[in-house]
Amino acid sequence: MKRRSLLWGSGLALAAPRLALGQGNARTLRFVPQGNLANIDPIWTTTTLARNHALMVYDTLFGLGKDFQPKPQMAAGHEVSADGLTTTITLRADLRFHDGQPVLARDCIASIARWSKRDVLGQRLAALLEEMKPLADDRFQIVLKRPWHGLIWALGKPSANLCAIMPERVAQTDPFTQITEYVGSGPFRFRRSQWVPGSIAAYERFPGYVPRDEPPDFLAGGKVVHFDRVEWHVMPDPATAAAALQNNEIDWWETPLADLLPVLRRNRDIAVEVVNTAGALGMIRFNHLHPPFDRPEIRRAILPAIEQRSFMQAALGEDPALWQVPAGTFTPGTPLATDAGLEVLSSPRDPEAAKRALAAAGYKNERVVILSPTDFPTINALSEVAADTLRRIGMNVDLQAMDWGTLVQRRTKRESPAEGGWNIFCTTWEGLDVSVPGSHQPIRGNGAQGWTGWATSPRREALRDAWFDAPDLAAERKIAADIQMLVWDEAPFIPLGLLRPPQAYRRSLTNIVTGGPPLFWNVRRG
Amino acid sequence: MFAYAVRRVLATIPVMAIVALFVFSLLYIAPGDPAAVIAGDQATPQDVERIRASLGLDRPFLVRFGEWVWNILNGNMGVSIFTNLPVTTMIQQRIEPTLSLMVLTLCLAVSIAVPMGVIAAWKQGSWIDRAVMGFAVLGFSVPVFVVGYVLAYIFALELDWLPVQGYTAFREGFFPWLENLILPAIALGGVYIALIARITRATMLEVLQQDYIRTARAKGAGQRSILFLHALKNAAVPIVTVIGIGVALLIGGAVVTESVFAIPGLGRLTVDAILRRDYPVIQGVVLLFSFVYVLVNLLIDLLYTLFDPRIRY
Repeated sequence: MKRRSLLWGSGLALAAPRLALGQGNARTLRFVPQGNLANIDPIWTTTTLARNHALMVYDTLFGLGKDFQPKPQMAAGHEVSADGLTTTITLRADLRFHDGQPVLARDCIASIARWSKRDVLGQRLAALLEEMKPLADDRFQIVLKRPWHGLIWALGKPSANLCAIMPERVAQTDPFTQITEYVGSGPFRFRRSQWVPGSIAAYERFPGYVPRDEPPDFLAGGKVVHFDRVEWHVMPDPATAAAALQNNEIDWWETPLADLLPVLRRNRDIAVEVVNTAGALGMIRFNHLHPPFDRPEIRRAILPAIEQRSFMQAALGEDPALWQVPAGTFTPGTPLATDAGLEVLSSPRDPEAAKRALAAAGYKNERVVILSPTDFPTINALSEVAADTLRRIGMNVDLQAMDWGTLVQRRTKRESPAEGGWNIFCTTWEGLDVSVPGSHQPIRGNGAQGWTGWATSPRREALRDAWFDAPDLAAERKIAADIQMLVWDEAPFIPLGLLRPPQAYRRSLTNIVTGGPPLFWNVRRG
Repeated sequence: MFAYAVRRVLATIPVMAIVALFVFSLLYIAPGDPAAVIAGDQATPQDVERIRASLGLDRPFLVRFGEWVWNILNGNMGVSIFTNLPVTTMIQQRIEPTLSLMVLTLCLAVSIAVPMGVIAAWKQGSWIDRAVMGFAVLGFSVPVFVVGYVLAYIFALELDWLPVQGYTAFREGFFPWLENLILPAIALGGVYIALIARITRATMLEVLQQDYIRTARAKGAGQRSILFLHALKNAAVPIVTVIGIGVALLIGGAVVTESVFAIPGLGRLTVDAILRRDYPVIQGVVLLFSFVYVLVNLLIDLLYTLFDPRIRY
């Protein structure tokens, strides 16, 4: 064989699999998630990725519709007794776990019990619970000590921790220990043997799953799956993910970097759209234990200098479709979002007023340590704008860059900033989490028991408790407005705007369910 | 020589013990807390404390170190804090891509760099020599990830000849395997080629001045024979040494290359584990890398005797 023939032959041999690759497997959806699915127990961890995984593998008794109201999902329906203390839930007849066993009332009770030890709303249930008991294989009762209007919403809550229904034997695992058996109840079966953490997680359509005979409605309705297989490909490098999407090696990328959006938009085969309309609320979180932010006057003084638009532009760019300002305490667009007192952030900005307020509050040029995660571009951008804003009003800012792993450890430190503690960090909260007071950690005022920052506010706690007892949506809205007014007064955190980062996907994908996290039912190719 | 090899293998035991102690201590004092990462953004300090206790991270340093060493001696590298998978399983899942990448890079680099260095020395001062040296400077100067992006842009996006990312196991065929690895190997091999080419050239220049080369020429030996049989064999010891040292470069470079080309190898496993503070995985992978490096150096030492019979152990 001539040398040139050999070279040509090799080239053709290399090109042949390219042709096959370019066509892809039409029955497989290739998805690049926001990060590495490192753990898969949605009760053990509150990570968004574990929650997204759980939405595929586990079903829930109830699911939120687009109107953010709970609808029956595994439940055929429920009844609440006249005194509001007893809720009886009846299961659908055709529910099966991935091992083929039927879903029974005792599985649901064990799953709720495990969830209630970890989740913030679950803990509310645990505090109110008198007993849970099966009435039949497909019916069980939850008996409370006091009525709780929000029980059904809590069982269908879309944010971590999801009340995922597992077999009783799995759900009996200690909630602080990871489960070791991954038998789900949802439309996809997790292929644990093919899971390579940091690289790939594979799911196969569960043929035994019977969707509701209804059109899809966000996390409720019929979860009809049109792909035999869904693969999550972890790609730590955004440029690689962008190139892979353009090259038809993947179908869907959850978190394209803002800098790469123009390139993706230029490609006619790629759609760049907001899928998660609930978005994420950006915020500045203060440490309430140490000066200068141990005093509400100082925290409040910053408000006139906060230009939410600048934060959003730094995080996601100039396109206003990708963010929303003004944003208050609760996720804009959700039922409890309110304009109460919102002018503190929406009126013309006045850094000079902030300077005067700082001086009046007795700011003594204390060092302000801001923690900034360089491996989270969005949060890093928020942190840099926060630092710049505070410098402009004369604060002595020390912006400390670090990786996320260090930041989450550092922010648990209660020591003073001089001893390795901190004053401020910026973060984002899933819009679904901060849409109601029950799961809204930043509004909490439970001090040392609460979220990092350790804010103490009996008034906010009382309002939150009142929300649990609210009899209807109107009462909930009134309480939400009161909470927001209190947030402006006590400033446990400052909202920076609602981020709606777009997702990028091949135009061959249609019928993607929008509203929140990436969902893999209803979506189809072509 | 057999006794020497056995002695060297035994000598790896204290080396590995020191590495183990060093790695464990470093992770102990490094900032970061896996419990805080596991607990997630919404966790309260109580949640973090409880997870820390459940993972045994609240126990004293010596207790944890002792337990880890005992487990290692029993062939148990522990379980990942995050994935709940045994570290050995995670390493097994990742070793083939990294090994493939390194072997291909090594083969590619040696087969390109050695002839380049030899020719540059032979044509010292010519444009070929300058071109080789220019390439070497470029290879040293341009970061692996830049080379990677440029290659992916040209060969994947523009020409659509090769995939941007991913890995296909060798058992699924040589060409699919090669298709995924060729760009990463070229990107990773740049520095390595530069290093070997420069050393080869320098060593060859020295050897080509020797009397026996002049004698060979006087005897009428051909240029190819002089360069590759007489000179290169005598220049081999420093070249082989550099190849051995370069394995460390490859290990370091693999971390970046695997990220750029989304190859599920040990490099990415290491980075992910470090970012999450997954201590058992970090310790396991670093131990493995150290062991491989020690073994490669032993192999290089043994190879000396092949190239230079005067060397005796």
